[in-house]
Amino acid sequence: MSYNWNWAIFFDLEPGATGTYFAYLLGGLGWTLVIAGLAWMLALLLGFLVGTLRTIGSSVIERCCFAYTELFRNIPLLVQMFLWYFVLPEVVPNSLGTAIKAIPPPWGSAYPAILCLGTFMSVRVAEQVRAGIASLPRGQMAAALAIGLTRRQAYRYIILPLVIRIILPPLSSEFLNTIKNSSLALTIGVMELTARARAMQEFSFQVFEAFAAATIIYLVVNLFVVFCMSHIEQRIQISGVIGGRKSNSLLQH
Amino acid sequence: MYDFDIDVIERSFAYLFRDGMSFSLQLTGLAMIGGLLFGTTLALLRLSNVRVLRLIAGGYVNLMRSLPLVLVIFWFYFLVPYVGAWLTGSGQPLKVGAFASALITFTLFEAAYYCEIIRAGIQSVPSGQVSAAHALGLTYAQTMSLVVLPQALRNMAPVLLTQTIILFQDTSLVYVISSTDFLGAASKVANRDHRLVEMYTFAALVYFLICFTGSLYVRRLQARLLVIR
Repeated sequence: MSYNWNWAIFFDLEPGATGTYFAYLLGGLGWTLVIAGLAWMLALLLGFLVGTLRTIGSSVIERCCFAYTELFRNIPLLVQMFLWYFVLPEVVPNSLGTAIKAIPPPWGSAYPAILCLGTFMSVRVAEQVRAGIASLPRGQMAAALAIGLTRRQAYRYIILPLVIRIILPPLSSEFLNTIKNSSLALTIGVMELTARARAMQEFSFQVFEAFAAATIIYLVVNLFVVFCMSHIEQRIQISGVIGGRKSNSLLQH
Repeated sequence: MYDFDIDVIERSFAYLFRDGMSFSLQLTGLAMIGGLLFGTTLALLRLSNVRVLRLIAGGYVNLMRSLPLVLVIFWFYFLVPYVGAWLTGSGQPLKVGAFASALITFTLFEAAYYCEIIRAGIQSVPSGQVSAAHALGLTYAQTMSLVVLPQALRNMAPVLLTQTIILFQDTSLVYVISSTDFLGAASKVANRDHRLVEMYTFAALVYFLICFTGSLYVRRLQARLLVIR
């Protein structure tokens, strides 16, 4: 059983002759990061909104947020991709649908991927935010209201700044999930990293080199994100809680 | 507005469910069983006293968990025929069907996720249980299979079921290797009859109903286990 290994393939020109295969894969990484980055911003925005709204104790809003959460959580991401890409332009009013379909590639398939991934991940962010707010002592809100802050100010200046620090570790793993999930954009034609590894395999027949390169790139990105997030975590720790900087130094001395 | 054609769903109903859904459900069921078995093994390895075993199992789990499933599906789709040929000593890549390839992929991939859940479950069992089992003279195998794992798996049952619902959703990804699972079947009909809107909306609806029912059940189970403990 033989397989012709050819690691030098990465220095060959890709068929589009825009550069080497190596540059081709890095371009794919660029798209992966663009999709994941923009989707993540959308997810944070919607997730913090929905997660916060679920804690203000209005049953109407609670029911709407529950429906939102269940809707995005119980449909496979791939099906959601297809809904955004194929179905949405058909079911909106005609003029809007035509305008959507007229968006030229690559953004024509990149924007549905971003919206899809953003909304899908927002549900997970919302769950973290809700759990984070629920984990705070009730006294925080009571004290904030007692010193004359409005509820809105209490959330803005007291609750949410605390919650962000508490949920940062689970949020960073959700960000890693966003990067991984962005590979599904290949089904609607975005040429991101996995798609380009697949394309490289089809052009060059070097299956294992192509996928090995993609694997290594994903691992490096993962490590980089983990490294950055732990750095940020340390920088914004709340002093005085277990795991905080001050309390650690107190324990040590 | 779009004129919605219900008829195309009726016409393809048998194909969608008899070919597509049964593929999805079989894949989910078998991958769940395989994933749980392999995942339990991995969890025990990760918690073992032998450093090498811990490192190997940990490395495997972390590798699987940091790669996108789509990439892993592609990997195995091309790798399995070569490994098969190597195992059987044949000179040509072994022909492996889409179902077998998907099953191997999902078993090995989901095992990493099941492993972490089971590991957390094992660690949630009070250490007095292990001491008591040793005091009774039970061996390691007996302690694990009779005392620790039954409690760990029961405590983690809701999370394991949630992971299985995710697995069921993930099986839709076999679309990328052109398998005819439920979504694959829907997509084939959609493209043949140019009825993408109907078929994808219908597929979303079916997935939603199944997964929503599943998650309601998980929530009830969670409430019940909470009372018992």
